[in-house]
Amino acid sequence: MTESPNLVAFTPERLEKVKEIIARYPEGRQKSALLPVLHVAQEQWGWLSSEVMDYVAGILSIEPVEVYEVATFYTMYHLDPVGKHVIEYCRTGPCCLMGGEDVYGHLKNKLGIDAGETTSDGLFTLKEVECLAACGWGPVFQIREQFYMNLTNDKVDQIIEELSK
Amino acid sequence: MARKILTEHINVPGIETFDVYRKQGGYTAVEKAIKTMTPEEVVEEAKKSGVRGRGGAGFPMGMKWGFLAKPEGVPRYLVCNADESEPGTFKDHHLMKCIPHLLIEGMIISSFALGAHKSFIYVRGELMYVIRILEKAIEEAKAQGFLGKNILGSGYDLELVVQPGGGAYICGEETALLESLEGKRGNPRNKPPFPAVKGLYQSPTVVNNVESISNMPWIINNGGDAYAAIGIGRSTGTKLISASGHIQKPGVYEIELGVSVDEFLNSDEYCGGIRKGHYLKALVAGGSSVPILPAHLITKTANGEDRLMSYESLSDGGFATGTMLGSGGFIVFDETACIVRNTWNFSRFYHHESCGQCSPCREGTGWMEKVLHRIEHGHGSMHDIDLLVDISKKIEGNTICPLGDAAAWPVASAIRHFRDEFVWHITHPHEATQPGAVYMGEMALV
Repeated sequence: MTESPNLVAFTPERLEKVKEIIARYPEGRQKSALLPVLHVAQEQWGWLSSEVMDYVAGILSIEPVEVYEVATFYTMYHLDPVGKHVIEYCRTGPCCLMGGEDVYGHLKNKLGIDAGETTSDGLFTLKEVECLAACGWGPVFQIREQFYMNLTNDKVDQIIEELSK
Repeated sequence: MARKILTEHINVPGIETFDVYRKQGGYTAVEKAIKTMTPEEVVEEAKKSGVRGRGGAGFPMGMKWGFLAKPEGVPRYLVCNADESEPGTFKDHHLMKCIPHLLIEGMIISSFALGAHKSFIYVRGELMYVIRILEKAIEEAKAQGFLGKNILGSGYDLELVVQPGGGAYICGEETALLESLEGKRGNPRNKPPFPAVKGLYQSPTVVNNVESISNMPWIINNGGDAYAAIGIGRSTGTKLISASGHIQKPGVYEIELGVSVDEFLNSDEYCGGIRKGHYLKALVAGGSSVPILPAHLITKTANGEDRLMSYESLSDGGFATGTMLGSGGFIVFDETACIVRNTWNFSRFYHHESCGQCSPCREGTGWMEKVLHRIEHGHGSMHDIDLLVDISKKIEGNTICPLGDAAAWPVASAIRHFRDEFVWHITHPHEATQPGAVYMGEMALV
């Protein structure tokens, strides 16, 4: 395993985790570890720079392009720097039926940003996502692993104020 | 109360832990299968049960297992599809979160039946917290000797791996899921070869939905015949329904297949009726991909018979007057919902989620989204309605995987049943683009 020129490297704990992930697959099938390892990388760096993707390619003994094509296909991987909290807002039909569009408008006003943008203090990035499999509890958004459900304008205010502290 | 197979113990405090799950009779089916049955006998019970794929396709699970190729010296794989992403569907999310050991137990039994020694649960990446719940459950089961080497002293080895996705609806299609599991983009494969012959790592593979596999513990404990005795006709057993939209009680409900749509929609045991002061306008019964039905075709078929929650009754009348049970994503619309806006929303979804391999889907979903966008925003022409129908027909059946069909059906059915509403948007662009504007029939045109 070689260090990239920018000295991109997993922390020792994460490197252990990555090794454990690679060991899950049959011999020679370490490319299967790509999606989970990219999640670990994003956990460490917040987003996937080309240096990070090249580093992951080296760890998995695959070509960098194999990492790029995957990272650009799946919506969860951030290809640009993001704020401290990435709000992933569900814009799909069932959430819209429950007032999702109005609440989304309120959220955008509250943050003063549009989809794909980050607040000037670097606290929040707003992303639009498709159905999060929580339609019975819509409107819904997600921040990392946490689901925020049955959203209303008041609830959005509370959440944003809480996370701004 | 209707019989519960999957959710009987779901509200028992601590059911997510091994000890509580075990106290409720958990893992007895693994003991029974591994200690007293051959793999072939387990497959036979699955066949007898008649349980059909609960992800949406409805293909009999036992028959699918029967197709698995078994060449000497080649590993076989079982992959559980937990990529639940069909708009309106959230049952697998609920089941795995609340009672993870049910799926683990089902995976052990099913893997044993298929002769798999390494099995995967592919969970959509957005559910990372559920992945952690499953991994914890796997550790517990392993510590108790139900997973790992020499399970219960039988000589059977099994390792379970939970794989996160990266955010892509298309990976719910089984061959796209396998590509993704191999660390690639989720581009569906051409069939044949089918996964049963060449699947994961080019080895024979079975891909089954979470809910399908979770039925196995009950089937082994009670027998395939007992399972087949529940339900109606070829719709055997129970089904989890994800209910959302304009109803009193959204949530996940387990029904015996064959309960009437009227009862499911209106009784307090289930949805509790349309929200107060409103009335039913439309229903998407099986996830966003299935044809939308107008109010008069929901509780009765075109022949005036009671519509039932079953594969056959929901599809009664074909696409002209029927729909599909699909994934059981039951989305209810009251009179405040604009069908044009909803159809545009669904089209945007499919355009966003098309993997881009097949031009009819890649281009067609984009065209449909654009045309629907202009109708919804007051710039449509009458020609656009026929154009949408034309595009939908040119996508349907012309793509590698069913995403193309899934994109075409909602558009075609919305126009079939709600054409007036599209026409109104075109002839009354000013009225139709007011915030919250909804076509209420001829009376609203004054």
